[in-house]
Amino acid sequence: MSEYFSNIKTATTTIATGLSITFRHFLNAVKRKGDAGIDDADYFKQVDGLCTLQYPREAVPTPALGRYRLYNNIDDCIGCMQCERACPVECITIETIKATADDLAACGKTSGGQQKRMWVPVFDIDVAKCMTCGICMSVCPTDCLVHSPVADFSEFDVRNMLYHYGNLSKIEAEAKRKKLDEEKAAKEKAAAEAAARGEAPAAKPAPKPKPAPAAKPEEGVAGE
Amino acid sequence: MSQSLSLNTWSEALSGFHLGWFPLGLVIVAAVPLVFIALYALTYGVYGERKISAFMQDRLGPMEVGKWGILQTLADILKLLQKEDIVPTAADKFLFVIGPLVMFVGSFLAFAVLPFGPAFIGADLNVGLFYAVGIVALEVVGILASGWGSNNKWALYGAVRSVAQIVSYEIPASIALLCGAMMAGSLSMQQFCVLQSGPGGFLHFYLFTNPIAWLAFLIYFIASLAETNRAPFDIPEAESELVAGFFTEYTGMKFAMFFLAEYGSMFMVSAILSIVFLGGWASPLPNFGTVALNDWTSGPVWGAFWIIIKGFFFIFVQMWLRWTLPRLRVDQLMYLCWKVLTPFAFIAFVLTAVWEIYK
Repeated sequence: MSEYFSNIKTATTTIATGLSITFRHFLNAVKRKGDAGIDDADYFKQVDGLCTLQYPREAVPTPALGRYRLYNNIDDCIGCMQCERACPVECITIETIKATADDLAACGKTSGGQQKRMWVPVFDIDVAKCMTCGICMSVCPTDCLVHSPVADFSEFDVRNMLYHYGNLSKIEAEAKRKKLDEEKAAKEKAAAEAAARGEAPAAKPAPKPKPAPAAKPEEGVAGE
Repeated sequence: MSQSLSLNTWSEALSGFHLGWFPLGLVIVAAVPLVFIALYALTYGVYGERKISAFMQDRLGPMEVGKWGILQTLADILKLLQKEDIVPTAADKFLFVIGPLVMFVGSFLAFAVLPFGPAFIGADLNVGLFYAVGIVALEVVGILASGWGSNNKWALYGAVRSVAQIVSYEIPASIALLCGAMMAGSLSMQQFCVLQSGPGGFLHFYLFTNPIAWLAFLIYFIASLAETNRAPFDIPEAESELVAGFFTEYTGMKFAMFFLAEYGSMFMVSAILSIVFLGGWASPLPNFGTVALNDWTSGPVWGAFWIIIKGFFFIFVQMWLRWTLPRLRVDQLMYLCWKVLTPFAFIAFVLTAVWEIYK
């Protein structure tokens, strides 16, 4: 019988405690929960208050060194293709066209002052594939490929996840390619004429097979 | 009765109004509670409950449709109206269709004896309280019909639990209300309010005049939670165990009908509680000499205000409890109703009788 009454007592007191807790939260719903981070001293003191973030309008800022959507600043890109080779999931596709001698000025320089020697008509990043490992970012010699703080870039169509950063349109690229071919043809023609005249351009093609450093095989392996 | 001279003036004037042979006034008298249920379920019932629950859980609740999400309920109703009205092939068609109707009618019929102020009541029955308690129990028939007619194991379990629940809560609830009936010496809802009104305001309420009344009040409040299938006694619905309980198979407007019935009976039991123990439409403010607060806040319109406010207060307490307590198990509900509430209801009954004889 005493258990019967103690049960009733426990039920009454626990219900009263619970009701007071929910009512305190109800009254505190007029204010927002503070935004002290985990490293603030009073983090555990901010118990009451609304904690909903109305997402598209309010968002927790992404961390300063966070890796999110890849961004390529194509004006600084020299088309070295190191990122394409470094990418473990092959999400970067690059096509380059060598700039002809008279186009070097038009091709421009990077913000670091380096002369660009390549047109980059195709620089596609499939962010759906990208696993944000950051290797491409670390190998980039001009620091033009970066992980931006943009974290929300969902799309209804997966094809829209392919981001194009190329700096030439298709027609322009075709024109540049043609120009390069013409320059090459002219050079070959000149070389052929020189050879016909009996001069010695053989010094140039000679290093092509590159068997010369065979004396140092370790270096050769490392070079591979 | 001398007091009843000024009672029910509006509803009686309305019910005498005919448009040719058509008793338009009677239809209006019946439509008033219906419109009230719809409006209150729309605003306070759904939107208010969502907001209150959100605030108690440190959330914001609906915020997108209209300012502070005010139009959210309208959007929900539009969605419900567009939904396909499915009757399962294996269901008992007749019971399936009649279930929500019986439930809503049971909830709505109780409003006939609910006085919206001293001047308006659907039917001033001399057995009003008895009628209200009896007719609200009709809801269980609707629950059983829809649960059985759905031909679904979850729905059937919900219905079976509901029937097991009614035999548990009806006894303490009725005995607790009998305490109030003993104090008033009447079962008429208007009479309850008249007897508890006076210049002293809340000092005339049975909850404060009788030293035992708080026990009966508490018992009826707990039992009324079970009656309206509200948490912590929402075991016929029990969304985490039975999907949605007896209305698992329902869609569209039939589903909305269950909601209207639930909110209707929520207000009804809150109103019964405030009529029997807290004066119904009587103003709680006392007169202080020349500052006649009670006289200023009495009258047909103020009466409607007070009974609705008192009802809303208890609905708030119901919501507050819902977001505080976890659901009871079926056997725990049986234990609570049979072994705790019923004996205490009898004790309250006897002590009230003694008090009424010797006071």
